[in-house]
Amino acid sequence: MRRVTATVVVSLTLTTLALPVLAQDLTGTLKKIKDSGAATMGVRESSGGLSFTLGDGKFAGFHVELCQRALADVQKQLGMAKLDIKYQPVTSQNRIPLMQNGTIDIECGSTTNNATRQKDVSFAATTYVEEVRIAVKANSGITSIGQLNGKNVATTTGTTSVQHLRKHERATGVNFNEVFGKDHADSFLLLESGRADAFVMDGQILAGSIAKSKNPADYKIVGEVLSVEPIAIMVRKDDPAFKKAVDNSLAAMMKSGEMAKIYDKWFMQPIPPTNTRIGLPASDATRAAWASPNDKPMEDYARK
Amino acid sequence: MTTWDWQVFCKDTIDGDIVPGCFGKGGDITYLDWLLSAWGWTLSVSVLALVVALLLGSLMGILRTAPHRGLVLLGNAWTELFRNIPLLVQIFLWYHVVPALIPPLRGVPSFILVVMGLGLFTSARISEQVRAGIQALAGGQRMAGLAMGFTLPQTYRHVLLPMAYRIIIPPLTSESMNIIKNSSVAFAVSISELTLFALQAQEETSRGVEVYLAVTGLYFISAFAINRAALFIENRVRVPGMIGGGGH
Repeated sequence: MRRVTATVVVSLTLTTLALPVLAQDLTGTLKKIKDSGAATMGVRESSGGLSFTLGDGKFAGFHVELCQRALADVQKQLGMAKLDIKYQPVTSQNRIPLMQNGTIDIECGSTTNNATRQKDVSFAATTYVEEVRIAVKANSGITSIGQLNGKNVATTTGTTSVQHLRKHERATGVNFNEVFGKDHADSFLLLESGRADAFVMDGQILAGSIAKSKNPADYKIVGEVLSVEPIAIMVRKDDPAFKKAVDNSLAAMMKSGEMAKIYDKWFMQPIPPTNTRIGLPASDATRAAWASPNDKPMEDYARK
Repeated sequence: MTTWDWQVFCKDTIDGDIVPGCFGKGGDITYLDWLLSAWGWTLSVSVLALVVALLLGSLMGILRTAPHRGLVLLGNAWTELFRNIPLLVQIFLWYHVVPALIPPLRGVPSFILVVMGLGLFTSARISEQVRAGIQALAGGQRMAGLAMGFTLPQTYRHVLLPMAYRIIIPPLTSESMNIIKNSSVAFAVSISELTLFALQAQEETSRGVEVYLAVTGLYFISAFAINRAALFIENRVRVPGMIGGGGH
């Protein structure tokens, strides 16, 4: 009882302290979080080291941890004693509608920031730059995309990676057959069983699949980078105050070197639930994004 | 609230530019071209699987009513085996497990595998219907046929099956419509059919609602066309006075 009273007193004090913030007329997501005392984080069941489930309604990963820290900063900014974070699993099909209709307040998965999506949602500063690559069997002798002529190339249904390969195909005249796996595990099985000669996908997914395979030494990631995609935390459109709060929090982590430490934790160290390591060092492009925080869409990367 | 963008089907699948006339030229394809080709794959898988299912299903259904223990057992075992394993699991067994055990099967195209997988699954259901159709006839029919001096195969051909098939046209119609819808599992083994098109195109274009509506429409049209065709057949083969023939 006494503790409850104490909490109330502390909250009241904090509320009083926070009055200057209130005076600025909170709007949008910040107001919603302040009023409800809760924020809903959109997370992915299985997006490599970025966002994944541990089972039992628990979620973890590089982006999940960044969001937890950003929300902690938002809580401080709003002077709230307690912020309840709810986790809502999303898919690549529903993440944008759920953001628009207010079901989720911040999405911490593996969403590519591109110009089409920017019409519907906004993105915080890019925290991870994905490079689309190909994985092959180590003994296949394939070292570049030019050698894929007439080969079967696997990719996962419902991802955009194969589009880049198609563009490349048209530009260079390399002709390959597309084979679709129903999820990443299935696509990797196609490579493993020999039905496909290569698996084209985001680098971190390839690295993760290889790390989890029976014999990781049998596979390697080779060839040119097919596409560079900035992956970012997604927030609602036309809500500059909340985006600024998240951006500031991320920029502080990038500046202090905290970002690199968190990256190391999820991509270089063994991670739950199976305690395997993905083993993918931060790419130059990712480091560049940390050095100068920005929310440029994918199209700006392609122009370089 | 939602704004429609049906132009999405006129976009080129590589650079996303809208192509005048909606059909790609010179080897380039638009989403409309892709949609139609996906529809073609759905229909090809369904129709071929239906042929496999009707042939094997009829055979097994007949065996299950034959006056011979071994044949009945074979028919029953077949039906229970293919009826009690989920369709998607069966497709994966054919695609991943069987070729691992029997290496020569690795060279078989996934199209053939999925036609066989879907066909065998549906054959179990058709076998059940054929058996039910034959057993719905009065037992005296078979005896009368044999007493007329027909051999057993002749009795089936001229007495039992003509009536049994007429009785089971309605459930066979449902099964034929189901096979169109079940053919969506083919996406799991990389057949570029409607479901795979929907999953892939909605991700590439971010116009999920339009893509899914178009695909839904094509599934409906396909299944409904089968329904109408079956109704036409049912009316054409109706024999007044016979079971299922109306005639009152």
